[in-house]
Amino acid sequence: MVQPIPVPEDSINATPALDVQGLSVEFPTRRGVLTAIDDVSMQIAPGEILGVVGESGAGKSITGLAVLGLLEHPGRIAQGAIHVGGRRVDTLTEAELTKVRGREMGAIFQDPLTALNPLFTVGKQLVETIRLHTPLSKTEAEARALELLRSVGIPAPEERLRQYPHQFSGGMRQRVVIALALAAGPRLIIADEPTTALDVSIQAQITALLRKLCDETGVGIMLVTHDMGVIAETADRVCVMYSGRVVESGPVSDVIHNPQHPYTKGLMSAIPSLHDRVEVLSQIDGSMPRLNARPSGCAFHPRCPYAGPKCSAQKPSLQQVGTTSAACWLQQGGTE
Amino acid sequence: MSVVLEDTAPALTVNHVSKVFDVSAPWLNRVLERRPKLYVEAVSDISFTVEKGTCFSIVGESGCGKSTVARLVTGLYATTNGDIRFGTGAKGRPIKVQMIFQDPHSSLNPRWRVGDIIAEPIREMKLRDTEKETLDRVRELLETVGLGADDALKYPHEFSGGQRQRISIARALASEPELLVCDEPTSALDVSVQAQILNLMRRLQDELGLTYLFISHDLSVVRHMSNHIAVMYLGRIVEQAPVEELFTNPKHPYSKLLLATIPDIENPKRRVEAQAGEPPSPLNPPSGCAFHPRCPVALPKCSQSAPELCSTSRHGKAACFVTQDTAAAEPVKAAV
Repeated sequence: MVQPIPVPEDSINATPALDVQGLSVEFPTRRGVLTAIDDVSMQIAPGEILGVVGESGAGKSITGLAVLGLLEHPGRIAQGAIHVGGRRVDTLTEAELTKVRGREMGAIFQDPLTALNPLFTVGKQLVETIRLHTPLSKTEAEARALELLRSVGIPAPEERLRQYPHQFSGGMRQRVVIALALAAGPRLIIADEPTTALDVSIQAQITALLRKLCDETGVGIMLVTHDMGVIAETADRVCVMYSGRVVESGPVSDVIHNPQHPYTKGLMSAIPSLHDRVEVLSQIDGSMPRLNARPSGCAFHPRCPYAGPKCSAQKPSLQQVGTTSAACWLQQGGTE
Repeated sequence: MSVVLEDTAPALTVNHVSKVFDVSAPWLNRVLERRPKLYVEAVSDISFTVEKGTCFSIVGESGCGKSTVARLVTGLYATTNGDIRFGTGAKGRPIKVQMIFQDPHSSLNPRWRVGDIIAEPIREMKLRDTEKETLDRVRELLETVGLGADDALKYPHEFSGGQRQRISIARALASEPELLVCDEPTSALDVSVQAQILNLMRRLQDELGLTYLFISHDLSVVRHMSNHIAVMYLGRIVEQAPVEELFTNPKHPYSKLLLATIPDIENPKRRVEAQAGEPPSPLNPPSGCAFHPRCPVALPKCSQSAPELCSTSRHGKAACFVTQDTAAAEPVKAAV
């Protein structure tokens, strides 16, 4: 088992691993400013997995990148504040951010092959990361690297430390990336589609591993994915994103079994069931609007079966509806 | 229209087909480094039949050879052994086959207008006499797949992923095929768009009497689409059964593993320890039954000889010694 980060107990429970308030991300282009993320807020408690789900272009990856401070030029944070473990990170300079990234927050990306350096052994990459962020000596760092590989379930870790990334299979490589993300004992891990490149039987192993590590080390995980099944089996809470905004958020089982927002409802019933067979799947017609052609008001209204005049005029905000929160006029006094 | 001869012969019969790829290093490397020639048996000795008007699916994880089967059936690869027979279609000729590919971004020529992409097979195969008839047919095809007639003048980049997949389907339908080979047609699409495409494919099957050979790794999609399923593992079919039978009562341990590990939204399996192990490399397959190193019920003989595909029920077959032994001990009361 990996040792938890040496932080006093009370402060672990008090400060959320991640606190995003009113985040907006813009991309200035020649044809005007495109708003990729519009007023997104989310919190992750220590030891909690927050699933961020949405279709391509919903802004879920951009949210993760904004937290990591890895937005590509010309993307910029226009509004809002991001706190990781109680420390504000969106105002840090690049040099300060380099220290926080890796120490306070780790990242797991979709393709484990591009996340690892092919020219160094896995052990060297782990030791380098550990020594960069912690005061451990070389021998201590090596011991920790070994312990990390063991904790992510890699068999024969002593030999594996001396091997190069190409000698690992896809699933094992993703385990190495997870070990790297955990190397300095971060409070938060951003996992962006960590299982998309893997086969189902390996996917199940990786999601089980993420859950286990989360319970053991108390790290908060932001699990960005398009796969509702992965969310259902891994996350504690879920944020459903559509066209740059959070349209619904709440405990996983409530959002899945009793969705409030019409988009979430449509999304859930569009997934073919494993249990019964229907003649025709319910479908949401149309597709997600492009950034430069986002409809006024609620961005979902052109595809929404319940849309009324208010939906195209005003943006609804996220309001508590029963056990979940939804951004929809239907639950907030009607669409007229 | 005259009544077409009621032909009960299957649309497609695949008989003991194998495909071996030569993956040796270049000649000079082999000579200098004294490396032997290297072969991969991507598909080994598979047989199945697809009845007319049904959907036959092949599922499996990456590298199991399912796409190779699709390419063998469409003639994009030549078989090493065995034969592939087509049934009789309209006017007593062999049935016509077309293919839909996974990635709608790379399977459409970006420099051609959509109208030309769809008209190419019609012009090439001289299915219409005049240019006007060809253009009418293109318009009709676009409307069949849910696009507008004026979309013929646009280029592929002007469309979203789902619309592009509709164009691929229209192009495949242009040559009036009776058997469509679909290689992961919805894997590159978002769920809400996936539902649109699956509904379209089901509708086309009803309207045009199409037969599908459907290749996918997504079991929920396969369950929605197919009548009959074959599960492949490392180049072999390990189980073959009607869809309901496979989902309610899988016989082969690998089918059980697959069904147990797919994320289930309705009954999420949280905190279940995932089964360890990964698919072995096809370059160096295990002896005997290829699944035995991961199999929870493996017998000593599983590592020595490979089991044959034997009947387990009226329409179901599985290649597993354990299932066959239990079946022999308590014979299945199959209706004769």
